[in-house]
Amino acid sequence: MIVFDKPKSLTDTPFHYCPGCTHGIVHRLVAEAIDEFGIEGKTIGVAPVGCAVLAYNYFACDMVEAAHGRAPAVATGLKRALPDRVIFTYQGDGDLASIGMAETVHAATRNENITIIFINNAIYGMTGGQMAPTSLPGQVTQTSPYGRDVKTAGYPVKICEILSQLDGPTYLERVAVNNVKNVRNAKKAIRKAFQNQIEGKGFSLIEVISTCPTNWGMTPEKALAWVDEKMIPYYPLGVYTDRSAERGEEEK
Amino acid sequence: MEEKVLMKGNEAIAEAAIRSGCRHYFGYPITPQTEIAAYMSKVMPKIGGTFLQAESEVAAINMVYGVASTGKRVMTSSSSPGISLKSEGLSYLAGSDLPALVINVQRGGPGLGGIQPSQSDYFQATKGGGHGDYHMIVLAPSSVQEMASLTMKGFELADKYRMTSMILADGTIGQMMEAITFPETKSETVDTPWAVTGTECKRPHNIINSLSLVPEELERFNIQRFERYAEVEKNECMWESYEMEDAEICVVAFGIAARVAKNAIVAARAEGIKAGMIRPITLWPFPKAALYEASKKVKAFVSVELSMGQMIEDIELAIRCSRPVSLCRRVGGVIPNPEEVLNSIREAMKGGN
Repeated sequence: MIVFDKPKSLTDTPFHYCPGCTHGIVHRLVAEAIDEFGIEGKTIGVAPVGCAVLAYNYFACDMVEAAHGRAPAVATGLKRALPDRVIFTYQGDGDLASIGMAETVHAATRNENITIIFINNAIYGMTGGQMAPTSLPGQVTQTSPYGRDVKTAGYPVKICEILSQLDGPTYLERVAVNNVKNVRNAKKAIRKAFQNQIEGKGFSLIEVISTCPTNWGMTPEKALAWVDEKMIPYYPLGVYTDRSAERGEEEK
Repeated sequence: MEEKVLMKGNEAIAEAAIRSGCRHYFGYPITPQTEIAAYMSKVMPKIGGTFLQAESEVAAINMVYGVASTGKRVMTSSSSPGISLKSEGLSYLAGSDLPALVINVQRGGPGLGGIQPSQSDYFQATKGGGHGDYHMIVLAPSSVQEMASLTMKGFELADKYRMTSMILADGTIGQMMEAITFPETKSETVDTPWAVTGTECKRPHNIINSLSLVPEELERFNIQRFERYAEVEKNECMWESYEMEDAEICVVAFGIAARVAKNAIVAARAEGIKAGMIRPITLWPFPKAALYEASKKVKAFVSVELSMGQMIEDIELAIRCSRPVSLCRRVGGVIPNPEEVLNSIREAMKGGN
């Protein structure tokens, strides 16, 4: 009897992610949600530029690779062309919260009927560990070698808090994947973000607090603990906006 | 008989796009092309299409990228500074081999420049604009009628070759009104097995992508793309020859400059100078062969441009520098008058003797 298997919505291509990186967990949660709703054949994903740039090789649904930060705009085009398809983007913090900030905010304020999975690991992973818009005050990175100095580099960008000021978005939640309880909550949130779209309710964004042991310079175990010690206190978990009860087909 | 309608050039583009089956338009306001967006915003909601005013030119071209990925006809329009912003997306469209139509109703530059007509985006349009090795099919209308017919042609060529077609117009033709007819549109459907539409679990997943991390693979993709470009160069060159049979001076001009040049050619002939014109309709592919043939007969060429002299380089290459090529130009939104072009023709005649 098979009690645990790879989701159908993931291909057999081995992940390239570093040991201890939580991208793999989040990929799996997204694929599980797609499987559970039975929408693999009608889903189109949009990959970012960053560590998840090769996500198009891992998800078994149709995939589009977007330019850096432009995934919400590309997803908007896809959704407007194919309103009966399920469109999701998968983006990191440099992609979504820095270069793609305008696309993020405006897709949210239009309540574009798409699902965004936002990986916040407080660093640029792919390019080798530079300061991200979400790097914590004092955090040492390749481009903040003396620690992020808020006097010159400013403060971290809090996406859920910012977007929650808008009337547009339907559902915003911040989750983490550093322990079993948090993974279960993350799964629930991701499921809901897809369900909202299927029901025509509009824009859902799930911010996933993630790890980058390689560029944080930590063991995978230490990185998971750092999420509890440093990340979550700065980025509180929870639901920031939920208008899913008041929105439905008639509004879209 | 087809109905004659009086239209602005910009509106003719919008109506022609709709008649070509384009149901998705994304734009951002910029003078002198805003009538296109205004027209689309009126019509699209009534025919089940998409009009979306994007947050930026960058977003608009990436929305185009999204629709193009599904194989559906899609367009955006802008003017010079906006096209610079779209250039990122133009490079990605080329790298992912996606068909789309992009309109540039040019204004003077560089920088914020001005809002009056210009042709100074010739290099940007014909040589790439964005990063990497790529081309767009560049069509240059010189009348409101051509704004309509070349828009239709642009969609056809984009679909056929999986490329971006650009209409390189200028503020004059965008703004002026002329009586036109819309040609019957053939609704040819092109197979798009590459498009992302959802697998329906019946085929392997399609991936729209411009990333290739293996150098030899990326090289191969570039070479294959240029083989396709060679087909375009072979099959799709368009130009108009005017009074070239016995011409000794060949004027080369496109768009609004060609309209002015025609008047100058009539005046030149009235005073006994045998002038003619080759008007490129496709700026890429550039009608090199037609110019080379002309170079065997004429004494000199005159390039008439609303730029500091951009197309002139392609003319010199096309004729392999075998004849003198002089430049008649006004820039910054100024249009040369026929007398100025006539003077250039007279000078060329003197120099060519």
